[in-house]
Amino acid sequence: MAPLLEVKDMTHYFGGLRAVNNFNLTIEPGQINGLIGPNGAGKTTVFNLITGVYTPTEGSISLEGQNIKGLEIHEIASMGLGRTFQNLLLWRHMNVLDHIRMAHYSQLDYGLFGAFFGTRKSRREEKAVIENSYKLLEIFDISQFADHIVGNLPYGAQRRVEMARAMATNPKILFLDEPTAGMTPDELIRMIEIIRQVHRDFGVAIFLIEHRMKFVMELCESIQTLVFGEVIAEGPPEEIQNNPKVIEAYLGKEDVH
Amino acid sequence: MDKIKNFFRMFSNIPLAGWLMGSFVAVLMEYYLGDAISYYLYLPKIPVLFGALFILKEPIMIPSVLAYDLIIYALPILLLGKLLAPFANALARMLEKIPLSLATLIYIVAIYGILHLWAGINDYRVLVVKLTMVSIILTISLNIINGYQGEFSCSHPGFMALGAYTSSTLTLLLFTDDKMFGDALLPAALGPWLFPFVLIAGGAVAAIGSLAVAIPSFRTRGDYLAIISLAFMFIVKSAVENMEILGGPRGMSSQPAYATLPVVFAWMALCVWIIHNFTTSIMGKALNAVRDNEAAANSMTVNTRKTKVTAFMFGAFWAGVAGGLFAHVLRYVNPGTFGIQKLAEILAMVYFGGLNSIYGSIVGAVSISVLGEALRPLELWKWIIIPLILILVMIFRPHGLISFTELNVKNIIRPRDKKLSKGVE
Ligand SMILES: Nc1ncnc2c1ncn2[C@@H]1O[C@H](COP(=O)(O)OP(=O)(O)O)[C@@H](O)[C@H]1O
Ligand SMILES: [Mg+2]
Repeated sequence: MAPLLEVKDMTHYFGGLRAVNNFNLTIEPGQINGLIGPNGAGKTTVFNLITGVYTPTEGSISLEGQNIKGLEIHEIASMGLGRTFQNLLLWRHMNVLDHIRMAHYSQLDYGLFGAFFGTRKSRREEKAVIENSYKLLEIFDISQFADHIVGNLPYGAQRRVEMARAMATNPKILFLDEPTAGMTPDELIRMIEIIRQVHRDFGVAIFLIEHRMKFVMELCESIQTLVFGEVIAEGPPEEIQNNPKVIEAYLGKEDVH
Repeated sequence: MDKIKNFFRMFSNIPLAGWLMGSFVAVLMEYYLGDAISYYLYLPKIPVLFGALFILKEPIMIPSVLAYDLIIYALPILLLGKLLAPFANALARMLEKIPLSLATLIYIVAIYGILHLWAGINDYRVLVVKLTMVSIILTISLNIINGYQGEFSCSHPGFMALGAYTSSTLTLLLFTDDKMFGDALLPAALGPWLFPFVLIAGGAVAAIGSLAVAIPSFRTRGDYLAIISLAFMFIVKSAVENMEILGGPRGMSSQPAYATLPVVFAWMALCVWIIHNFTTSIMGKALNAVRDNEAAANSMTVNTRKTKVTAFMFGAFWAGVAGGLFAHVLRYVNPGTFGIQKLAEILAMVYFGGLNSIYGSIVGAVSISVLGEALRPLELWKWIIIPLILILVMIFRPHGLISFTELNVKNIIRPRDKKLSKGVE
């Protein structure tokens, strides 16, 4: 059987800048993989290439054996690739519940006619979506904010809204871009728990970018280290931690938590 | 200040049903006693729009006009509303028990009845009410694009023109013997029954026409929509001006009188209902997602390009329907109507009333329409006063009077005599 996600020899240029070079990745269902590397290494670009924001200059990407390179962002997302963003992209005039409802978009079947005339089918589907949304709010511990506008929420809660929203798209694999950026140590511990819980309850595979070593070490089965767009080391956490190349290129320079 | 607040609090236990009862009595009083009361107050006739026209022409009539408004409107509505409140609340509670759609229908029929009686006093009122309702359709449909979707479109008068000319051509061609298109092709008796299809055809032409704006504007990122849509409006206007078959600059006239008060009201109600359904559904919320952050919308499985184009066509469709109604209310159209002044009017209603709110759009359309009519005697001054009000609103409420508020029928019709249970509002 084909792996859940398979990226082969992916290379991407921004004009003359080679942002990603010869990137390879295989993720099996239910795996948690990590991607680390200094700022500007190209981690977010890897995410954007796989999720369809940019189309890679070279290489191939497939989800469950199906090619997804060149498809539109929303098509790839509907096929089961959910994501969060490094710098929170929420909808500022929308309340929390509507964020979660909204992300069920591709799972709706009632169409424009149903939306215009509020048909029985549309009401049934909308009701099911609301029920599922409340479940997600519960899991991510944000149900008390259901009718709040997102901008007024504490930062940690906003991060959780973004993750709940990604889960509402019913993904097979979840991409998390620095899910703990800017979080306090307490919020960080909570986030680790939530990611574990999501992984356990939904059986979703996770691919995450992270800065904090502790976080990656605790969660990931396999880690890649990216420097200047190249993977310089790959393996289980203990191996990465002790790899001299990684220590030199990444750990040596950055403040490690 | 506190006194004023207390005065208003006195009436906070009156439900919508109560206000409607009071209004019904007021309208009945005007119907039967209006002439007599005007006579005793030395008014030449029943004031059309609450006496605004009299006051502005001859300020000496202010006391008479105020007395008239007090006797006919304020006293019955406030007094009866207050007196009948227990009864009205009981009624509201009964109506709360039946299915919401049926209750809503009952309220709508009641509102129509009152409006019908009030407008029936003279033809001018009928005209003002019809044009106001057409404005409501225009305002809500532009709000879809400029409010819910956060673009800035200027082509609404153009879509209106497409709808107005399409529907006028159809009714003149099919149901009337006229100079332009000759004898009627179908029996005239069918006209009123087929009129809905004529309006839908007008809306469809507008929706298809809107693709000429939507496709080039939404293909690329960036703010081309304002410019392209403005150009579209001028192109439609001058195209029609140069088409002799459509009457050129003289326009088209003697459309059959199909747009009666109940017909216009029904279309307005239908428009509010459909757009409300749409904007509260997830499909409609997608417009908000596209507006607030398109990248996030895309990643959350929303086909943003399709969403934008669909919403734009949907808004244009209703502008086309409104145009068709407009043409058959006035029974005359010419290209000059669909220019920059119309655009300013609709934009003012949208931004005054409030973005992202059907409720706001209704308030905006009614207040600007009625204000525009009431201030008519001031002529030029009217165009200074209305913009000034608009500027004030923009300063104190940048998104308009009532923005980001969903129409909540349940809350509007609920009984008012008990303390609110938590979470209703
Ligand atoms: N859209 C873009 N156009 C041009 N250069 C870009 C673009 N996006 C990212 N880059 C460049 O690619 C490199 C990698 O950026 P990024 O993937 O954001 O790094 P990371 O997420 O690892 O911090 C940086 O040098 C950045 O300036
Ligand atoms: Mg990054």
